[in-house]
Amino acid sequence: MKSIAELEEIRKRTLEQIGLRENNEKMRIVVGMATCGIAAGARPVMNTFLEELKKRNINNVSVTMTGCIGICRLEPIVEVIEPDGSKVTYVKMNPEKAARVVAEHIVNGRVCIDYTIGAEEKNK
Amino acid sequence: MEIYRAHVLVCTGTGCTSSQSPKIIEEFEKYLKANKLDNEVKIVKTGCFGLCAEGPIVVIYPEGAMYTMVKPEDVKEIVEEHLLKGRLVKRLLAGNKELKDSVKPIEQVEFFKKQKRVALRLCGVINPESIDEYIAFDGYKALAKVLTEMKPEEVIDEIKRSGLRGRGGGGFPTGIKWEFAARSQDTEKYVCCNADEGDPGAFMDRSILEGDPHSVLEAMTIAGYAIGASQGYVYVRAEYPIAVKRLNIAIQQAKEYGLLGKNIFGTDFSFDIELRLGAGAFVCGEETALMTSIEGHRGEPRPRPPFPAVKGLFGKPTLLNNVETYANIPTIIRNGAEWFASIGTEKSKGTKVFAMGGKINNTGLLEIPMGTTLREVIYDIGGGIPNGKKFKAAQTGGPSGGCIPASKIDTPIEYDTLVELGSMMGSGGLIIMDEDNCMVDIAKFFLEFTVDESCGKCPPCRIGTKRMLEILERITGGKGEEGDVEKLEILAKNIKASALCGLGQTAPNPVLSTLRYFRDEYEAHVRDKKCPAGVCKSMLNYIVDEQRCKCCGICARNCPVNCISGQKGVPYKIDQEKCIKCGTCLEKCPFKAIFKNA
Ligand SMILES: Cc1cc2nc3c(=O)[nH]c(=O)nc-3n(C[C@H](O)[C@H](O)[C@H](O)COP(=O)(O)O)c2cc1C
Repeated sequence: MKSIAELEEIRKRTLEQIGLRENNEKMRIVVGMATCGIAAGARPVMNTFLEELKKRNINNVSVTMTGCIGICRLEPIVEVIEPDGSKVTYVKMNPEKAARVVAEHIVNGRVCIDYTIGAEEKNK
Repeated sequence: MEIYRAHVLVCTGTGCTSSQSPKIIEEFEKYLKANKLDNEVKIVKTGCFGLCAEGPIVVIYPEGAMYTMVKPEDVKEIVEEHLLKGRLVKRLLAGNKELKDSVKPIEQVEFFKKQKRVALRLCGVINPESIDEYIAFDGYKALAKVLTEMKPEEVIDEIKRSGLRGRGGGGFPTGIKWEFAARSQDTEKYVCCNADEGDPGAFMDRSILEGDPHSVLEAMTIAGYAIGASQGYVYVRAEYPIAVKRLNIAIQQAKEYGLLGKNIFGTDFSFDIELRLGAGAFVCGEETALMTSIEGHRGEPRPRPPFPAVKGLFGKPTLLNNVETYANIPTIIRNGAEWFASIGTEKSKGTKVFAMGGKINNTGLLEIPMGTTLREVIYDIGGGIPNGKKFKAAQTGGPSGGCIPASKIDTPIEYDTLVELGSMMGSGGLIIMDEDNCMVDIAKFFLEFTVDESCGKCPPCRIGTKRMLEILERITGGKGEEGDVEKLEILAKNIKASALCGLGQTAPNPVLSTLRYFRDEYEAHVRDKKCPAGVCKSMLNYIVDEQRCKCCGICARNCPVNCISGQKGVPYKIDQEKCIKCGTCLEKCPFKAIFKNA
């Protein structure tokens, strides 16, 4: 890294890639993969997302990981982020739920309301 | 059999047929042919999907995309966009737009409302294994600013003015520590990061390293520039394999980008960072022991002064800060000291991360502005105590800290207020206790920990804490003697005054603070041989209420030591000699006929 311009270049490019800019079509699935998430079973959840997307030939959705967001009690936590930046947070995920999220939310745009953090809060 | 890459299912049930599905099929045939897809895509006529109100319905596999209310004129778009280019036609998807508003964004969940994220800014936001994502969220901008626009003195001044204090437990003003290290003249200096995190139940630092490792690397590099060092070490415990892995990836990526190494940003400043793995001894979190351990020796503390800023790692001036302290630095540089100082209270600026556990609904990691009250943390963020139990006390500071009783629940959380209460901020462990927790037992738990973790170098800690633990074991074992409590107090005072390092000096705190607020509980144990919370087993009996017992025998069947006897028509009885007080019978009894007599 020789200059600030270079840094700015990477910043802009990445922002575009991760879809925080308009005119981006990519949806993102972000799985919490800190120790708390992994202990609660985030790995099989992440694998299910990858498999389901592959099975369905869906190429314009990225699956990445992130750290601990704090509500470890509700792990595995998965966020589905739309190209426009709006997001849905799913909690207490497992492979079956992940498969349903792909089939309903990712493909058909129908949020699986009962898995969301809002639903979890209401049930308390 | 021919293999098709996609299937188009068109509903030809009565409902959809009446709303033009035959015409839709025709259109598909036409456009598939026009696009030369007729050998790759198969059209299947299906029966009713059961969603007649939204018909005609077209489902396309392998994706499983369900298009609703499809019109013949939509088919061209579906073929060209979806089947040819692989892009879903969003506007026709089943979706649940009207429902979407009822999906709560995570920021509006109670748990997050009162939080403010500075150190945890990017945890749970970016991919920690991608330096690009860190950069996308302004990462390494602070380093660029420092190296190209600021003199080392200006950096230190900025940190001083921000009011940031150490987050590792001591709460020493960070800017002043940097200044001391900068003033020491030597050819070599070091920057160290304390990621030992030994407090039982604490995982703040681990979460930062796992979620945003670059923030710590960036801050250490800034610190290196400010004090004139060119080498940094992160001392992290080997029990944090994910943190270690992500740190290694981060260091590698930073090196590839030239954000670590020689001539960073084309300046003549060079800096490198290496990891050192600790074996997970609590004492190795103490600064002098930590540096001794990095040097390759057994991790034992040494007296201070000389302080690390004068004579630290390898005998050279060394700056040591905690992970969370560092995680605040880049944001302070980017947003300015004034911005940071505007958060929190007069004497405690910024935010603090806590790992909350114990008897609380929302266990987890939280970051609050300094000055937030314990009540807000427990009830607003934590969601209260489970099972409708009463809040009894909160433990902060781990084995070096103490308890805050329910009567002080409205105290704002700040460095100084917590010390006044006989506890301390500590590194961020926060254990919530309810009416079922015995405070003597809690004190014993922490003392067991320090006795285990004492390195043995100095007698007050090695022998003194052991004697204290023996007394506590006696008290909780129902064999407490008159005068035991006073003996504890004398020992505590002397250990605090004479131990070599912080481990011993603070080890008596859990005892002293529980004595301060819950002396009556100690006295009940000693005088009446009773544990009011019903925890200490030696003073506890499980008893069958003969009136309520329905003689079902479930308790006897579940008892692991077969000490419950009885039969149909004769109430069951527990043999107190044999009973191991495991509580299984009480849990299993469907009629609540078994109770604890404390
Ligand atoms: C027994 C003992 C254990 C400690 N463990 C830690 C620890 O795990 N992490 C930490 O950052 N500081 C720990 N400290 C405090 C460090 O000695 C030191 O004060 C701190 O790392 C300085 O960083 P700060 O000014 O940024 O807080 C411990 C201190 C003692 C006495």
